[in-house]
Amino acid sequence: MTIHLRLDPIACDGHGICAELFLEGIELDEWGYPIVSTTPIQARHLEHARRAVFACPKVALSLVDDS
Amino acid sequence: MSRVRVASEMRPWPTGPTGLPRLLRGSREEAVSFAAHLDTYGPSGVAGSRDLLAAIGEAGVRGRGGAGFPTVTKMQAVARGRGPKVIVANGCEGEPASAKDRTLMRESPHLVLDGIAMAANAVGAEKAFVAVERTRPASAEALGAAIDDRARFGEDPLPIQVVSVPGRYVAGEESALVHWINGGDAKPTTVPPRPFERGVGGRPTLVQNVETLAHVALIGRFGPEWFRTLGSDDEPGSALVTAAGAVARPGVCEIAIGTRVGDLFDAAGGPESELGAVLVGGYFGTWVPIADALDVQLSNAALRSVGASLGCGVVAALPLSACPLAETARVLRYLAEETAGQCGPCVFGLASVAEDMSALARGDAGRTIVEDLQRRSRVISRRGACHHPDGAIRFLRSALGAFPEEIGLHQHGRCRATSAKPILPIPHGPARELAWR
Repeated sequence: MTIHLRLDPIACDGHGICAELFLEGIELDEWGYPIVSTTPIQARHLEHARRAVFACPKVALSLVDDS
Repeated sequence: MSRVRVASEMRPWPTGPTGLPRLLRGSREEAVSFAAHLDTYGPSGVAGSRDLLAAIGEAGVRGRGGAGFPTVTKMQAVARGRGPKVIVANGCEGEPASAKDRTLMRESPHLVLDGIAMAANAVGAEKAFVAVERTRPASAEALGAAIDDRARFGEDPLPIQVVSVPGRYVAGEESALVHWINGGDAKPTTVPPRPFERGVGGRPTLVQNVETLAHVALIGRFGPEWFRTLGSDDEPGSALVTAAGAVARPGVCEIAIGTRVGDLFDAAGGPESELGAVLVGGYFGTWVPIADALDVQLSNAALRSVGASLGCGVVAALPLSACPLAETARVLRYLAEETAGQCGPCVFGLASVAEDMSALARGDAGRTIVEDLQRRSRVISRRGACHHPDGAIRFLRSALGAFPEEIGLHQHGRCRATSAKPILPIPHGPARELAWR
């Protein structure tokens, strides 16, 4: 199972909550917008990624199953 | 039954015109009637039984809107979709220095319409649009008159509607066009779904540049072998390009792909003064220092060796008297202003690098300016919904690579330029559209 995060950059308003909840896979740029890692999420980080997805106030993040 | 079909497939193609021009054979002065168009090119054979997709595949034509994607691949993807399809002929030419699409629509509107009719038959479309900028009413007029003229002959197998689009730089991006025709702002949307999956009215939609469709119209008449008699094996055919900047007669020229930059400039009357650099591919394109530029051939294979690509076909000559950093800063500011305002890295990132580039051009940037620009370039790239930030960053990076000496001078507050006259055009006044609706 390979899962990665997908960001809808139009929906994203740069609230930045995702980077706090999933710091293993998301960092913020100097303007406060998330830089989302494109590599598959490790199983042990999946719960953090899910929290980031559910916490986004703009529903801009989703988990994509590539398998 | 099958015998009849084989016989028709074996039928030889009519002989096509030799040499150039292929697309721009009509009158430069007056509107081209359908009768005159038939005199020039012969019947389109839309009702013929040939396999157009196979012919386009063999011809190897690539999209002429900038991305250079194989046309047949895009058409096949649309053809595979369910239900009736839609065609959008893209005549939006937001690129300020480019004039090739509007020249084509004015001088050979019937070739574009022939291409739409043929592509419609090939992919199963029941409706078509030609999208033009509302800042350029002459294109819409020429196409409208041509559509009316053809209706008297019952030439087109589907309704073709001209739509006027806000003249913004990114309004011609294919998802933005589809969004506009569907009633939204002329701004890009998040993909997927891409237009070939779900486009106008939710239908699989073929968005194709008008020049590409004009080539399709000729491939459908004269066949792939004729198409391949110009250009190279990998990049066959002719191309419309715009010679801009410091040449005696700037304008649109139809070239065989692979023509030298220097020969294009000669066809445009030659350089007006000593040149310092050439911008290839428009404002998403690449600066090439003059030492490498004049001998390079205008094909993607050859341009790759200098880090460039043909893009939208703009080839702009920068005189030695102009400051390449000031030109880069002006264009970068324009591109930053042309953001659709939707994606953070594009809105804030492009504004930031445009400001830095202006400071560098003025000669009051800090010592770390180049590192700052490189770092921000990496951060901004590939993070927008569309490729607007990527194109702007590509242009910026090419300036950092092409002009190291000028950058060094500017960091010491000096500049070699002897003229402050702007070379690369930025739309202003009534030609500068600021609305998205």
